[in-house]
Amino acid sequence: MGEVRLMKGNEALAEAAIRAGVDAYFGYPITPQSEVIEYLSREATKRTGMLVLQAESEIGAINMIYGAAGCGKKAMSTSSSPGISLMQEGLSYIASAELPCLVANINRGGPGLGTIQPAQGDYFQAVKGGGHGDYRLLVLAPYNVQEMADFVKLGFELAFKYRNPVMILADGALGQMMEKVELPPQEPRVHIEYPWATTGKPKDGPRRVITSLHIEPEKMEEINLRLQAKYKKMEEEEVRYQAKNLEDAEYIFTAFGLVSRIALKAMDLGRQKGYKIGWIRPITLFPFPKKIFAEVSEKVKGILDVEMNSGQMVEDVKLAVCGNTRVEFYGRMGGVIPTPDEILAYFEKMFIKGE
Amino acid sequence: MTHESVFSGFGGQGVLTMGMILGYAAIFEGKEVTWMPSYGPEMRGGTANCITIVSDEMISSPIISKFDTVVALNQPSIDKFEKAVKPGGNFIYDTTTTLRHPTRQDINIYNLPAGDITVELKNTKVLNMVMLGAFLKITNVVKIESIWKGLEAMLPERYHKLIPLNQEAFMRGYNTVTAYKPVLV
Repeated sequence: MGEVRLMKGNEALAEAAIRAGVDAYFGYPITPQSEVIEYLSREATKRTGMLVLQAESEIGAINMIYGAAGCGKKAMSTSSSPGISLMQEGLSYIASAELPCLVANINRGGPGLGTIQPAQGDYFQAVKGGGHGDYRLLVLAPYNVQEMADFVKLGFELAFKYRNPVMILADGALGQMMEKVELPPQEPRVHIEYPWATTGKPKDGPRRVITSLHIEPEKMEEINLRLQAKYKKMEEEEVRYQAKNLEDAEYIFTAFGLVSRIALKAMDLGRQKGYKIGWIRPITLFPFPKKIFAEVSEKVKGILDVEMNSGQMVEDVKLAVCGNTRVEFYGRMGGVIPTPDEILAYFEKMFIKGE
Repeated sequence: MTHESVFSGFGGQGVLTMGMILGYAAIFEGKEVTWMPSYGPEMRGGTANCITIVSDEMISSPIISKFDTVVALNQPSIDKFEKAVKPGGNFIYDTTTTLRHPTRQDINIYNLPAGDITVELKNTKVLNMVMLGAFLKITNVVKIESIWKGLEAMLPERYHKLIPLNQEAFMRGYNTVTAYKPVLV
């Protein structure tokens, strides 16, 4: 077993970044994720030589990542909702230029400056594009502090495998809360010469250019087709989810991130009352685990989706089940966290008393 | 078993640390723990708190509004959290600077002159440890030895010389806390 510590989600993510041998972090403080840059400023450079820089703004930070990623470096940032909005242009450019990077969004309540309490209102932004153009981020949704740490290494592996930005979509509670976390071993920072990285013109090859500008429509369409093929490959190979009690389930509770834990508790309470409830937690939000929802939709009487927003992932659930079963939604907004009792009461109201 | 508690007091009284020491102690016993601080625009002179949940199983939500045990280190915390104790739950507070005492009949109320004890110990910074001792006496959530291990894990090595003082403060709280019956008026 690795080193076990009691850490905040933000600190665990920062420590995991150091241990994953990340080359550079660019960021700008914002509640509830400021501990990341605070922790890295204190620890990272002296331990691995990792570059940690507070940019002049989130716009500066994401474009610094664009530059560092263009050199084949492992570069990352973290922010919270309003700051992530500022990064959208840069993420679109990075996706178009096909560069790897990791960005974590410690989602707070919105819209606007909103509140600093936890929320999941940025699902659409993370999963459906956020910035302009036909691109996708590969989105990972941790549900505990352990995964806040684990998904850093995984995120970079996927980012480099697909040369695509990866986003960790968490929320303010996951960032602020402390839990037990088993830390991975320290990996060295390594320099790898990627054939696409702009590290100087090779003697025996053509100039390397990184750009997201392609004036010729045919060329731009070619890029788009390549991107779409990549996203399709992600849908085939990278779907991750966790499920429980599907064998005898008549109903399914589904949720992502922190809320999936609360939904799991609600499932337990429901089972104590004799309701046959199963549970599905999408871990990758894009690619969305469509197949498992399609499969269960043939067997169950209904699905209850719970989120800390007005109903965003529920649209992907509905697309996946394609009208095969009833899908209901329960959500809280603006920084309010639903309770297991609340979820179960809503389930009974919609599915049991209505029958 | 799951125990949901909140530690509340002035910023600087060490309430967040109380939760962390308990959290580490729980980890050393192989239990699950979540520790959630109040974060946000807190008023000067107001309260800081941390919700600490210790359980044998996975903990669902780190943010809850009703508690098995509330530990209040100042008057604003007594006023704020008395109503947040589950019926049959515990409310533990320091009497040293308390003017208004809790009045609920459906909960178990305990108190101790923790501030006075720290004066006797000649270090008012250990108030949180006195209260943590009282907390453990009432709840038995973890073993005392685990608290010692938690202290060691929490304190940077240069402060380890302060461990005996903290242990003494803890034991004073542990042995002093008594039940309190609110007087009906």
